[in-house]
Amino acid sequence: MSVSRRRVRAIYRKELREYRRKPTIVTGMAILPLIFLIQPLVTVFTLPASAASQLADQNELLYLLGIPALVPAALAAYSVVGERLQGTLEPVLTTPVRREEFLLGKALASFVPSMAISYAVCALFLACVELFAHAAVASALVRGPDLLALLIFTPLLAGWSIWVGMAISTRSSEVRVAQQLGMLANLPSVAVTTLIAINVIHPSLVFALGGAAVLLLLNRLGWRITSATFDRERLITGTR
Amino acid sequence: MTSERVAASGGNAPALSVHGLGKRFGDRVAFEDVSFEIGYGEVFGFLGPNGAGKTTTVRTLGTLLAPTSGSATVAGIPLAPENGVEIRRRISIMPESPGLYLRLSVTENLQCFADLYEAPGPADRIDRALRAVNLADRAHDACGTLSKGLRQRVALARALLSDPEVLFLDEPTSGLDPAAARGVHELIDELRQGGVTIFLTTHRLEEAERLCDRVAILNTTLRTIGRPDELRDRLFARTLTVRTLVPLPEPGRVFAGLLAVDGWHQDGPAAYILAVSDPAEAAPAATRALVAAGADVLSIGESRHSLEDVYLELIHEDEEARRR
Repeated sequence: MSVSRRRVRAIYRKELREYRRKPTIVTGMAILPLIFLIQPLVTVFTLPASAASQLADQNELLYLLGIPALVPAALAAYSVVGERLQGTLEPVLTTPVRREEFLLGKALASFVPSMAISYAVCALFLACVELFAHAAVASALVRGPDLLALLIFTPLLAGWSIWVGMAISTRSSEVRVAQQLGMLANLPSVAVTTLIAINVIHPSLVFALGGAAVLLLLNRLGWRITSATFDRERLITGTR
Repeated sequence: MTSERVAASGGNAPALSVHGLGKRFGDRVAFEDVSFEIGYGEVFGFLGPNGAGKTTTVRTLGTLLAPTSGSATVAGIPLAPENGVEIRRRISIMPESPGLYLRLSVTENLQCFADLYEAPGPADRIDRALRAVNLADRAHDACGTLSKGLRQRVALARALLSDPEVLFLDEPTSGLDPAAARGVHELIDELRQGGVTIFLTTHRLEEAERLCDRVAILNTTLRTIGRPDELRDRLFARTLTVRTLVPLPEPGRVFAGLLAVDGWHQDGPAAYILAVSDPAEAAPAATRALVAAGADVLSIGESRHSLEDVYLELIHEDEEARRR
């Protein structure tokens, strides 16, 4: 099976145009991660310089990995059921577009803004820490390995979140239910990243490599499952 | 038919060939045992009451639904899951509901679909399609700001983008004012001349009668198929209606034994219905007989049954059969 880039791009571009016409979609996505920032920022700002040694044993920065796990879920969960309910899915499915092309276009349209928001929020957090926290706290908090982990795990977690959201979206008949289920299904990812951040789970290089491999596998599995659950007939008629 | 379409059609192969096609949803039969063939460049009307299975038939032929029985060839390609993309490349479906992206402009909507069809020269095609439906001046308007009729026209333009061999139109004039509906009719005529096969689902029987080379009436099963005049002849006896100034004193003597007249009955005080085998022979014979009998003839003419009469008669028969 060959995937047409032009058709994937058509879906992706259409989605981005819709976001542009209704900016509340993307600004809505950014609100949750900004709320996510409040607690760690308050903690960090109030830490005395003496707390730096304590921080050296923790991975507070990885707390931010909860953002890519949650941000794309609502958008991805809307992607199929939303089109279906607004009556635009049937005309699209009458074209030669393959389900894989349709899903890739949709996934990409959730992935790109999610990544932008996740990295932007991380950058904001780091900037605030560097500017307003004690220098010793900042240097204990912002460490190379943690930044690398953020860089690598952000797309992997966002990808998994998108496939879960889209799989739910293909099976749902109600947007709100799909979005709530999408968020709920991604809570385990948030729980794991939080446990790492508060040092309940101790990260290591092997653990990180294993985690990345598992997430890669989950992304592939998610793609397969989403493709399998995308049934034209059920989406058009609501039966089967 | 254009030369490209002749080549694409593989000579005399039909554009659509359907044999015993059926679709069930569990125990519910959407349609069954549907068979017909449609030639390239033909406008085929598909009529039937609500819930008769028309839209499901279109969706099945458009590869959106898998048939549960029978077989079909669409634009020369066998209807099978592995041929879905190839079939959809050659056809276009305009669903009853336009299904436009309301936040996007008309052009942006069409651009998306031109890309989904991988149409070469999309800008020219969009321009041509918009001019065909008289919407060039609204190209940059957001679809959400358009009236229902204009949205319908955008959906029609979208269906023309891929230059399809077979075009399925589901209620294309629904919601259009008479002038816009006439524009669509003219467009259908133009497409027919360009060799496009048009599968027209409509509730407007006068539209079907005017536009279609042949029509089929579906009520879960195919009730009848043929040219509109053929269907009238098949279902209704051909008749002449005679009106005189005053009632005839002995109509039996006037009409008995006339050439091509099989029988007669009175239809009002000075009106008579003659059952005829050939109106062209019967009318002059009846006129001569009436004049010879000293009758003052007001009018004599063939009674015309419309496609609507055919439709209502068949649907009525089905309802009667169901009641029994």
